[in-house]
Amino acid sequence: MKVLVAVKRVVDFNVKVRVKADQTGVELANVKMSMNPFDEIAVEEAVRMKEAGKATEIIAVSMGPAACQETIRTALAMGADRGILVQTDAELQPLAVAKLLKAIVAKENPQLVVLGKQAIDDDSNQTGQMLAALLGWPQGTFASKVALDGGKAAVTREVDGGLETVSLTLPCIVTTDLRLNEPRYASLPNIMKAKKKPIETIAPDALGVDVAPRLVTLRVEEPAKRKGGTKLPDIPTLIDKLRNEAKVL
Amino acid sequence: MTCLVVADHSNTDIRPSTFCAITAAKQIGGDIHVLVAGKGCAGAAQAAAKIAGVSKVKVADADAYAHSLAEPTANLIISIAAEYSHILSAATTTGKNVLPRVAALLDVAQLSDISAVKSADTFIRPIYAGNAMATVQSKDAKKVITVRTSTFDKAPATGGSAAVENVNAAADPGLSTFVGQELSKSERPELTSAKIVVSGGRGMGSGENFKIIEALADKLGAAVGASRAAVDAGYVPNDYQVGQTGKIVAPELYVAVGISGAIQHLAGMKDSKVIVAINRDPEAPIFQVADYGVVGDLFQLVPEMTKGLG
Repeated sequence: MKVLVAVKRVVDFNVKVRVKADQTGVELANVKMSMNPFDEIAVEEAVRMKEAGKATEIIAVSMGPAACQETIRTALAMGADRGILVQTDAELQPLAVAKLLKAIVAKENPQLVVLGKQAIDDDSNQTGQMLAALLGWPQGTFASKVALDGGKAAVTREVDGGLETVSLTLPCIVTTDLRLNEPRYASLPNIMKAKKKPIETIAPDALGVDVAPRLVTLRVEEPAKRKGGTKLPDIPTLIDKLRNEAKVL
Repeated sequence: MTCLVVADHSNTDIRPSTFCAITAAKQIGGDIHVLVAGKGCAGAAQAAAKIAGVSKVKVADADAYAHSLAEPTANLIISIAAEYSHILSAATTTGKNVLPRVAALLDVAQLSDISAVKSADTFIRPIYAGNAMATVQSKDAKKVITVRTSTFDKAPATGGSAAVENVNAAADPGLSTFVGQELSKSERPELTSAKIVVSGGRGMGSGENFKIIEALADKLGAAVGASRAAVDAGYVPNDYQVGQTGKIVAPELYVAVGISGAIQHLAGMKDSKVIVAINRDPEAPIFQVADYGVVGDLFQLVPEMTKGLG
């Protein structure tokens, strides 16, 4: 069984982004970039499936500028077999990414596509569900456990009330939540090996997909700042402040 | 212009998050219809009909909708989408699961987790864990939107008398089945709609130690939350998680105990009216957003607070 994994290059989760002075976006120059943390979990899950003999080949797909090669190399170092980069400098919104992924699915015929539930830059939480819709496949979103058995995937999902398990007919889409697994660190020998693994580069046009954005960002602003920082000496003072100053008790 | 609000419900009642989505729909303007898709959901439909501002309730009562599975529910929404300019849902795990599927089937973008309505086609939404706020305009004819419930007030539960209309079930693609669920049982208020939230973090040290958080929460009539670190460590279940990719809360009072204050946690609670931090480390980032901080041993301070509230 072939497994496709989608990986996005995003601002590292430890970076506190700054809004640009001209309000066109956030400052990305000289900012550390990494693989979206949920996508690391997706790669890890696919690699574990291969180690368990459930998956035969793992293809890591990324989309965006040439630098996304690094993100694919990270996936290859974790254990993916080969990579595909849909290379473009254009802005890609989730619907366009889902359409591009659909075109790649048509070429590669995987039985399973694993994606992070959400990218930590645009916080959209859409691409997996959109891809499932476009393919007419079932979806197991926010997964904390995936069990493959006889043409079905049992996916345990993190939902607002707790956990829910659904059974999906393959082929299907899985999007990862935090508790699915703990991604491995790539070892140095595997990082070296990954340099020799193939990455195919494709242009969006070659896939016949119109990637024109549907949403226009008019401006990006700093959120309202909180004035924190007041420290109190003890609990009685705190209770007094909550009762008489903040009046929330 | 007519908005369709897809209800989150328990078949017998409408969940609080839906009332916030209805407020967002009111700000967009036009008529508001509510879709209740479920199994044995007449009670929820009746409750929806009473919400102020709702002019029609559409009910789809069928086995396929018993567990809000994305595949049949999305097809149902598509079957009635033609008459709507906007399709909204609260940004709950149900809304986040179903609506992007609807958007893709309609070939439109989705606006996720909007925190404000500027006009019928322009919205504000947080990006980068709420460290930036984007004003976004949709160029699509139909808008598919999920609503951040913490920034919209709840629409009044009474005052409306909407017509209730049955809609036929759409074809179920039959690709998914519900197997089971493990829901957290709690007598405490629901996390995202509670007036007070007490959360514990890595500093709690164990699930057993969360008892002191629960004791304080019960004294305050509060919900219990947690940071990702506490959930990952297995101290509490996943549905306690407050943060960028967990639950977004904005209570009157948020008490963060043993939580350092990573960007991802702050994203889930920094719109709270009053924030209290109790932490051993005076340099912890949580103090920068806390209105009131107390530095010290939480195992001493939290029981003292519980006792002090008498």
